[in-house]
Amino acid sequence: MSNHAHLRKDSDVILRVEDLVVEFKVPGNKVVNAVSQVSFDVKEGETLAVVGESGCGKTTLGKALLQIQKPKSGTVRFSDKELTALSRKDLREARTSIQMIFQDPISSLDPRMTVRQIVEEPLWIWSKGDENERAEKVKVLLNNVGLDPELVLDRKSYEFSGGQCQRISIARSLALEPKMLICDEPVSALDVSIQAQILNLLNDMKDRYGLTLIFISHDLSVVKAISTRIMVMYLGKVCEIGTTESIYSKPAHHYTAALISSVPVPDPTHKTDRTPITGEPPSPVDPPSGCRFRTRCPAATELCATDEPMLREVSDGQFVACHHPRA
Amino acid sequence: MSSILKLENLKVRFATHRGQLEAVRSVDLDIRAGTSIGIVGESGSGKTVMSRAAMGLLTGSNVTREGRITFDGKILSDMSRDEVRNEFGTGMAMIFQDPMTALNPVRRIGSQLQESLRVRLGMNRKEAKARSIELLTLVRIPEPARMLRKFPSQLSGGMRQRIMIAIAISCNPKLLFADEPTTALDVTVQAQILELLTDLRQKLNMTMVLVTHDLGVVAGNTDYVAVMYAGEIVEQAPTAELFANMKMPYTEALFKSIPNIQMKAGSRLPVIEGRLPDPTDRPPGCGFAARCSYAQDKCFSDHPELEAAKDGHLYRCWFPLGDSIQRKVS
Repeated sequence: MSNHAHLRKDSDVILRVEDLVVEFKVPGNKVVNAVSQVSFDVKEGETLAVVGESGCGKTTLGKALLQIQKPKSGTVRFSDKELTALSRKDLREARTSIQMIFQDPISSLDPRMTVRQIVEEPLWIWSKGDENERAEKVKVLLNNVGLDPELVLDRKSYEFSGGQCQRISIARSLALEPKMLICDEPVSALDVSIQAQILNLLNDMKDRYGLTLIFISHDLSVVKAISTRIMVMYLGKVCEIGTTESIYSKPAHHYTAALISSVPVPDPTHKTDRTPITGEPPSPVDPPSGCRFRTRCPAATELCATDEPMLREVSDGQFVACHHPRA
Repeated sequence: MSSILKLENLKVRFATHRGQLEAVRSVDLDIRAGTSIGIVGESGSGKTVMSRAAMGLLTGSNVTREGRITFDGKILSDMSRDEVRNEFGTGMAMIFQDPMTALNPVRRIGSQLQESLRVRLGMNRKEAKARSIELLTLVRIPEPARMLRKFPSQLSGGMRQRIMIAIAISCNPKLLFADEPTTALDVTVQAQILELLTDLRQKLNMTMVLVTHDLGVVAGNTDYVAVMYAGEIVEQAPTAELFANMKMPYTEALFKSIPNIQMKAGSRLPVIEGRLPDPTDRPPGCGFAARCSYAQDKCFSDHPELEAAKDGHLYRCWFPLGDSIQRKVS
């Protein structure tokens, strides 16, 4: 039983994840399947958005890619390296080409370090260049993320606003010139007006450094501006994956449609044709049988309770795991 | 409709080591009973401080509050702390932004919910328990009786926010402040909580003040909108009128920066460059001038007053949008 219909054969796939499983032990001798048999691939230069509610496993997935959270089984192939099989030493080196930006910009920076130290640290750890070269590089990085080095270099993170801290995080993550950047909800703690600035900045940095992005978010309106492909997750499983245009114009999974209709529209005359989605995701300790979304799905039938739907192509490049996809 | 909360020339200052920080500069606001009003602005615009000051919650020794607050015919700004406290629960109530920290982590949901019922309404244990089950049903929590025994740490963010709402409405307040009630929540849960608030407001005949940074949130859920910037109201209008006819460039910029689900995929988002002016050292002219793409010399030197247009539309701008005056775009 394979769930690999959506994987691509092309040679320019930079990251290929197959059947990834991440489990956590919880009290009572139970096991939570935070990420359950997830497969996907990312092409070089693509931006893949991973979207879902709290608890769907999107953050765990991001951590498992970097092996910060060890997966129980499955493979993560990045460029030509199999990350799950690397030794500690090799893994450390591999991580220089995949960097991560975290959700809370303020707590992900050390409050006792100056901005200069924060951004320089990766270069220093990997002994890149001499002191002068590193100092020069830090200035260039800060300039690129829209901060004036003269003003910020000797200040500490608590002196900055959330948006500025996120810019510093981005500068730090780019210091080693990674190929891939995993952004875990990088804008959800920020004001709407600042969100736009950070999203634009990430897009600019992607072009400038030739990055491939994985963008994790719960908000479909945010990822529209930045992603080329979207993967929707629910309770540790992939529901739907496809190009950004296809996901928004004709969502095939009922969960995707519900996520789209939940986004508030800034127009008082807009009529909400809200796809009814009630309640919250069930506990991942004891997920529903068959399709995991069936308990909240308006189209659920008996089939959904007995058979787990596999990903299948509904239109060119759009794959959905649903027995009764939306027409 | 009568006025439920009237703020006249409300000012709030904090004494800091950098000098007096003027969080709320001068706010006049008249909220009519039975309506819902959205207060919108970026972080640091003074929207939270204004709503807390209006409730009489800011009482520290470093806080200076000036101006007159009239709540339900009573002059709140002249009351003692105990008198103000008497208005909480039955008169006004507040839902806070972060449902993770607003609840007491070591007390069960039931005891937190029953506290105000017993203290404010003088119910006995049995009555309070029955009423709290009713309240949990009202905020659509499944299995309310079991919920009473739980601790906040056992609940999701959405559930905790529902508990906060249940506590806030427990004594049938006339006025409900909701301070960023959905910012910490997922979009799906946000949609549910907003719908719940709108529904409860109508059912219980409450007046609601919805404080948020997201214009998208106020669009479907309020009758009026007041946009705050640098401690002042810079635009105020009925919701439909505001969205149809924005006068203040700041409102327009805020509106345009919302990542819109209807925009083209991969398109670049318009942003508001720069930041709010330093609240300890406000510029003499319009607070938004330095970030405004339409600003002219006058904007930097003279402070604009609130002007009235038709349909109760107020704005604070020398060169409002939609005017025939030639604006030079810099």
